[in-house]
Amino acid sequence: MRISRRILAGLATASLAVTATSCGGGGTSGSFDDTVTVGILHSLSGTMAISESTLVDTEKMAIEEINAAGGVTVGGKSYKIEYIVEDGASDWPTFAEKSKKLIDQDGVPVVFGGWTSASRKAMLPVYESKDAFLYYPIQYEAQECSNNIFYTGATPNQQSEPATDFMYKRSPAAGGDFFLVGSDYVFPRTSNTITKAQVKQLGGKVVGEDYLPLGNTEVAPIISKIKKALPEGGIIINTLNGDQNVAFFKQIQDAGITPSSGYYVMNYSIAEEEISTIGPEFLEGHYGAWNYMMSIDTPASKKFAASFKKRWGSDRVVADPQESAYNMVYLWKQAVEDAGTFDDNAVREALVGQKFDAPQGPVEVMPNHHLSQTVRIGEINAEGGFTILEETGVVLPQAWNQKHPSSKGFACDWTDPSKGEKYKL
Amino acid sequence: MELLLDSLFNGVAIGSVLLVAALGLAIVFGLMGVINLAHGELMMLGAYTTYVTQLIFKLPILKPFYNSYIIVSIFLAFIVSGVVGILLEKTIIRKLYGSPLETLLATWGVSLILQQFVRSVPLAYGTGLVLSLIIGLFLPTTFPSKIKESINFKYFKFSSWIFAALTGVLTGSLISSSISKLSRASARNVDVTAPSWMRGQVEIIGTAFPKTRLMIIVITLISVIAITLFLNQSAWGMRIRAVTQNRQMSDCLGISTEKVDIITFGIGSGLAGVAGVAVSLLGSVGPNVGGNYIVGCFMVVVLGGVGNLLGTVLASFGIGIMTDLIGAGRLLSIWPDMPLPLSNTINFFATTSMARVMIFALIVIFLQFKPTGLFPQKGRMVEN
Repeated sequence: MRISRRILAGLATASLAVTATSCGGGGTSGSFDDTVTVGILHSLSGTMAISESTLVDTEKMAIEEINAAGGVTVGGKSYKIEYIVEDGASDWPTFAEKSKKLIDQDGVPVVFGGWTSASRKAMLPVYESKDAFLYYPIQYEAQECSNNIFYTGATPNQQSEPATDFMYKRSPAAGGDFFLVGSDYVFPRTSNTITKAQVKQLGGKVVGEDYLPLGNTEVAPIISKIKKALPEGGIIINTLNGDQNVAFFKQIQDAGITPSSGYYVMNYSIAEEEISTIGPEFLEGHYGAWNYMMSIDTPASKKFAASFKKRWGSDRVVADPQESAYNMVYLWKQAVEDAGTFDDNAVREALVGQKFDAPQGPVEVMPNHHLSQTVRIGEINAEGGFTILEETGVVLPQAWNQKHPSSKGFACDWTDPSKGEKYKL
Repeated sequence: MELLLDSLFNGVAIGSVLLVAALGLAIVFGLMGVINLAHGELMMLGAYTTYVTQLIFKLPILKPFYNSYIIVSIFLAFIVSGVVGILLEKTIIRKLYGSPLETLLATWGVSLILQQFVRSVPLAYGTGLVLSLIIGLFLPTTFPSKIKESINFKYFKFSSWIFAALTGVLTGSLISSSISKLSRASARNVDVTAPSWMRGQVEIIGTAFPKTRLMIIVITLISVIAITLFLNQSAWGMRIRAVTQNRQMSDCLGISTEKVDIITFGIGSGLAGVAGVAVSLLGSVGPNVGGNYIVGCFMVVVLGGVGNLLGTVLASFGIGIMTDLIGAGRLLSIWPDMPLPLSNTINFFATTSMARVMIFALIVIFLQFKPTGLFPQKGRMVEN
């Protein structure tokens, strides 16, 4: 009896303490006038979870940074950003379904989400029909320009075109023949169509092309083809996805297709995160092209890497997709503040022309809802990072690629109602 | 000549990966008639065993022997996958003999559980758990027969399980504290790096061959020879064949069919583990690695004729050589000036994706004419 009374007393004290803390909590959030809830939609389960969860981490970090700096100020009121994280489960219809939920049920003004082109294509009709807004952070094949999507990753002319140019003109294999390898889906096929057109313009020759079905790790037939097509070495453009890179690089190294024997691979899907999974010993001497590389030696880049490591662990790395995800949260915040409202249409108008000092350097939102970005070519080094060899100036995005036969001569401009999604230049 | 040699080697290399992966299934599905959809995940366990062994051999005490870790991991993978297979047989599959649909669903469930297991459990504790399973299952069998027959045997059994659990927890925390990479659960794919003596190429009759491919061919050859000898020369092999041909009769003649089932399933699963070592040399190791091979495995076993090892061997090398011939467009280099329509067709199929379509189509056509595969089984399957 005595004991139970003591417990009761204890409970009472505890609950008092809780009330006290929650009062204190109320006091802190009192520095904000209100809250705004945004949506985050990436795969947290399934095959894409490994990649996409790094974006969730980055977006959370950006939101926390903004909140720590006083939140979003709209119409003189300060808003604390809160977020709802939904799981797209690496399943494209789920992305569409969760988008509907975030827009209709939770009423979020903006959704940050997606990775694969398939997930974006599944979400696009939802955002267009509800006139909502999606921010998409991945380098992709372009050939799309929606009024309701804002793309912060690179378009092919901001990644593969400068890379092809570098390989043909200035790499150790300059002037050599090209062989194109990719996973069998839309990004590699579109990207390679552009590369083929570009190589032809440059006066080079594409001597072979092959695609590995997703999930297949048997590279032997491709190796025979590379050896037959490029007996003396040459340039290999690689757009394989995820784990298939591991199989590819292990097997080509064993087959003697290495930089020391004259074969140089340019990669479009291998960033710092992937280098550490594949192992730098297989990749050393090959190349990559990105807008952001962790080895960029500027205060902004170092600060970005350091805060990410501080927030999520010292063994973590940052890479290009994460940088794009980071930028898009900040660009949204700036646009909302400029528009003075969370209303979609006003924010969309305010967004074009927004400038941000990103970790990669200055970026600006263009009328076609893509970003102007800097392109960097790096050589993979033994430490698992890139040694940056070249840096272009700011490259403007082409939503409709000027080398792809189906989109040559077209452009996109959402600021001019007479132009819109696709108009003839 | 060089071209022919190169093509033959590539075909054999692709075929041996298929064969080593399908060999265990040829026994489990072929001899026992069990549709084991968790076969791929048993391979995955073998691949993870290689990864864990590799990290353990990087510890200072074992560092001098690092180069031999791959040999050790072949044996360890056989034991690990074999024991998990035995546990699977004892707990789930035994109850489902004779009902293929239920077996299929149950083993598919098991495959999902195993995939999630390696995602969510730190590998160090996974290793500890497997170790306790090995001790718990095998320690009681080593007791002298006097104890085995005594009425108190169940207490001995119980205490050996407790001992096993303790050893497992101890090993788990020991590994977890000494190898930080294994102490956290991760869904990330991991990488097995072949020791330096296995990397690069070796030159035979003027043609360079990748060493890892040769290693896989050697592993496959040894597995096939060992399993053939076991089935045809040993007493247990004879019992397995007897039970495959006529279960009731064997039972009447005093063969413990229960033991035979366990041993057959254990060996089939163990071979899946060996296959896991082989595929870890080619690609990365991840929760989904088994899923990539399972369809190919069933294809090889069905094409070869269920229940026939020779058929499995021929089918996998056949598919391997065809894949290389079609996928790499070899026919064109053998016969460079063939008529245009023909060469266009061959070029169309000379990509990895189309070659796969072509191979599947050819197999489907072949099975129309020989539905039971290359070498149809004459005995009976495991019934009820």
